[in-house]
Amino acid sequence: MSAGQPPIDSPEIRRLSPVLGPGHTFTSVTDKISSIVLTRPTSLGWVAGFAISFSLVMILTVALAWLIIKGVGIWGINIPVGWGFAIVNFVWWIGIGHAGTLISAILFLLNQKWRTSINRFAEAMTLFAVACAGIFPLIHTGRPWMAYYMFPYPSTMYLWPQFRSPLIWDVFAVSTYGTVSLLFWFVGLIPDLATLRDRALTKPKQIIYGMLAMGWRGSARHWHRYQSAYLLLAGLATPLVLSVHTVVSFDFAIAIVPGWHTTIFPPYFVAGAIYSGFAMVLTIAIPLRKAYGLEDFITMRHLENMAMVMLATGLIVAYGYFFEYFMSIYSANKFDLYLTQMRFHGPYSHFYYALILCNILTPQLLWSHKARTNIPLLFVMSLVVNLGMWLERFVIVVISLTRDFMPSAWGRYSATFWDYATFAGTIGLFVMLLFLFVRVMPAISIAEMRELVAETSEEHQ
Amino acid sequence: MEHRSHVYGVVAEFKTEHELVHAVEKTRDAGYRRIEAYTPFPVEGLSEALALKRNNVPLITLIGGLTGGLGGFFFQYWVCVIAYPLNIAGRPLNSWPAFIPVTFELTVLGAALSAVFGMLALNGLPRPHHPLFNVHRFVKHATSDRFFLCIEARDPKFHLSDSARFLHGLNASHVNEVEDD
Repeated sequence: MSAGQPPIDSPEIRRLSPVLGPGHTFTSVTDKISSIVLTRPTSLGWVAGFAISFSLVMILTVALAWLIIKGVGIWGINIPVGWGFAIVNFVWWIGIGHAGTLISAILFLLNQKWRTSINRFAEAMTLFAVACAGIFPLIHTGRPWMAYYMFPYPSTMYLWPQFRSPLIWDVFAVSTYGTVSLLFWFVGLIPDLATLRDRALTKPKQIIYGMLAMGWRGSARHWHRYQSAYLLLAGLATPLVLSVHTVVSFDFAIAIVPGWHTTIFPPYFVAGAIYSGFAMVLTIAIPLRKAYGLEDFITMRHLENMAMVMLATGLIVAYGYFFEYFMSIYSANKFDLYLTQMRFHGPYSHFYYALILCNILTPQLLWSHKARTNIPLLFVMSLVVNLGMWLERFVIVVISLTRDFMPSAWGRYSATFWDYATFAGTIGLFVMLLFLFVRVMPAISIAEMRELVAETSEEHQ
Repeated sequence: MEHRSHVYGVVAEFKTEHELVHAVEKTRDAGYRRIEAYTPFPVEGLSEALALKRNNVPLITLIGGLTGGLGGFFFQYWVCVIAYPLNIAGRPLNSWPAFIPVTFELTVLGAALSAVFGMLALNGLPRPHHPLFNVHRFVKHATSDRFFLCIEARDPKFHLSDSARFLHGLNASHVNEVEDD
């Protein structure tokens, strides 16, 4: 025990709820988590949730088909607002993914035990959010079948991508992020897939989980290398996750459009990404622990910690908003000043006020311990922050593009039915993939929970 | 030495990770070298007890990362300076700061891919079947709640009944013979 730690029975320690409910053994955590996948019957709630999200996916396929037939003219974009919903949604989704990597990589390196029961589904959330994000720039190209032009390949036209463009950086950043997140998630899953293989009752399940587990048998030599690889992946994913939203912010910051051309964008985008990501982890965790009775594994401590991360990153975001405002005044740049005015008084000011309300004012409730432990309130708050972060990207993209340098270039933007349909469709895709995930993969890392059992039983001795 | 070709080894089962680590130490002290432990989660102190050397995953990762990074940078250099030079407002063709984001991403990609595939290759995975899977209790418990120690038949000191008796003496809850296929 380190010198600075308070004694065990001090009020500070007692107030913290445990990261794992009492009385769990290796067998009980294995049974409980694997039973969700292997033996529990499919509940009516699951079928209903899956059906609703699946119908949204059907809307997505219709919206995409119509887009491919008619072109991007079915959206609200035009000159001067060429980016619109597609880019707003892209940035929103990719930001949401960040919390998963943060939880699995950065909290792992920081040796935070409370990460254990939430990292698996947070990583799955990352993958699905990146999948939803990837759709948007692809379809926004207008001719998605030509998207491979963005990859450097030896073409017969001797053409190469423009490596000085942030849009090409984005291609590399997002595809690397997707690949590394998938690897990290899969490596974490291997021991659990072996558990499922050995506990599966039917032949097809044994074969499928057996192929995915690749013959994992928990050999000490394998664990030895596995742990090195996992630690290295965590170390690699940490700078990667910070780089991805930085590169996304370059899409804006490298341009000279007022309101975009600022150096504060990279850190403030990364903080915003973690903010919205933790909000989404809470949005998923709260119903998940309720539906599958996982309150012993995802305890109050987890929810409270996530609420505190949300509060902290929310304050960084608020600092970013303040400095955007301050710098526009301090710089005395006419165009920046005018843009700030437009945020407060322009045609889209209600979006800006709603953004301040959602992202800065509401989360201040989280200072109170009572609010952090009030589960329904926390759930609502996570939705509010998700909405707020979406509004932030809307404000950044649309207000700047409708009011750039010359009044002759000013315009208005409003989304069409197809914009909303595509967005709702990706939400459906995200939710549907999550529903499938909790039924076919262990939503909590079983191997890491066993480790936690071993560690906590040692602490009691 | 009694050495039957259809025997892979003997495997002992332990209830806790402490018993296993203790048993591994005793087995090594008894002179057995071809032994392997199987656990449902990485057990602290087990690598030391088995005297495992540092592994090569970090080295492979380093090589993969360097390949990705250097390859990525010089590929961009080749594209922008040699293959497809574009004069953009008189800026230098080798505008290296603009190449850094892609170089960084490819470094991470190369390192991550080689960490994962290097780990799998060194571990000899995928390998869908293994002789230990012939032991019913191993399949049932090795990936959930029990700790196993196997003395392999290729160990020079291996003797089926003696080694099994030795493992029994280490407080194992079960000892099984492992058939080779």
